[in-house]
Amino acid sequence: MARTDVQLMLDVKAGDEASFELLLHRYRTPLVNFLFRMVRNREQAEDLAQEVFLRVYRAREDYVPSAKFTTWMFRIATNLALNSVRDNRYHKLEDSIDAPVMIDAEGGDEKVLDVADKHPNIEQHLVEDARVKMIRHAIDKLPEKQRAAVLLHKYQELDYAEIAKILSCSESALKSLLFRAYESLRVELAPLVAIQGKA
Amino acid sequence: MSCERMESRILAYVDGRLKESERPDVEKHLAACAPCRLRVEEFRAVSGLLDELPAIEPSPAFDARVRALVAAEPVKTNWWAWLHVPPRVAFAASALLVASLVFGYRSRMIEQPVHVDDAQMMQDLPVLEDHDVLTNFEPLKELPAPADDDSDNVQQQM
Repeated sequence: MARTDVQLMLDVKAGDEASFELLLHRYRTPLVNFLFRMVRNREQAEDLAQEVFLRVYRAREDYVPSAKFTTWMFRIATNLALNSVRDNRYHKLEDSIDAPVMIDAEGGDEKVLDVADKHPNIEQHLVEDARVKMIRHAIDKLPEKQRAAVLLHKYQELDYAEIAKILSCSESALKSLLFRAYESLRVELAPLVAIQGKA
Repeated sequence: MSCERMESRILAYVDGRLKESERPDVEKHLAACAPCRLRVEEFRAVSGLLDELPAIEPSPAFDARVRALVAAEPVKTNWWAWLHVPPRVAFAASALLVASLVFGYRSRMIEQPVHVDDAQMMQDLPVLEDHDVLTNFEPLKELPAPADDDSDNVQQQM
């Protein structure tokens, strides 16, 4: 029977390094994805995810299982992501207006738009690409706290109580936050929602 | 139930996390409210669109970088660790301490030193010398004995 996250963390506290490896293996992908969707940059997302694991490791000796491990870990991740998003916003204001136009490539890396970039099924690819970009853009436009709430709710499938603890708000405030986020997404994705509704 | 109260329940209804006790009221409202029914459909569509967002895999070097960061962490010195001695050593040290205390107490009881306050003795030395001189002074011994205090008082009254 697989050990729970809390048990693994207690084993790490007791000096079992192999248990930390198991936690790393269990949460590396969800963490990197959450952070990537928050900061929209793969390299930065991985740096932040490494920082999360490092902080978890550093806190091992003082670890007390008072909350779910995922609540604690995603709270660290969310705080790092929110700080990073705020810092990025500040740096973007300082960027030159002469910077080349960048688009998001598949997998999240950024590249300069290349019109001559040919694909065998270019039309279909472009349609799918545009659709994904539209969804990404809609998520990116959400205020960061709403974005974090949507990502934790939709992709990490955490329950409302956990997300509320991560975002330091009440459960009713979280439900209101999520409602407003979905309302914004509904408006932003209206053309796709209409198609999806007919399908 | 009002449309306003539906706001806090509609998403939970869409993603199947609504409490069973709340479900009848929500369904009753939806049966009677077309705008809320439309909103449920649109939220479902949004949720479906969010599913289309592709996930990424961490780069192959990710785990190695985390391991390197962890390995570079300084080993914390536990200042309390030195107190954690094996039970046998702790017992031996305790027994030695008790034996020392017992021996020390007994030897002190046997050889009780005379307490002499040197400073006080030096201060009282002139008085003692005067006392010796007066007690051994021969002419004083030849004097008659002093009169009784009571007989002096009677003579004064007369």
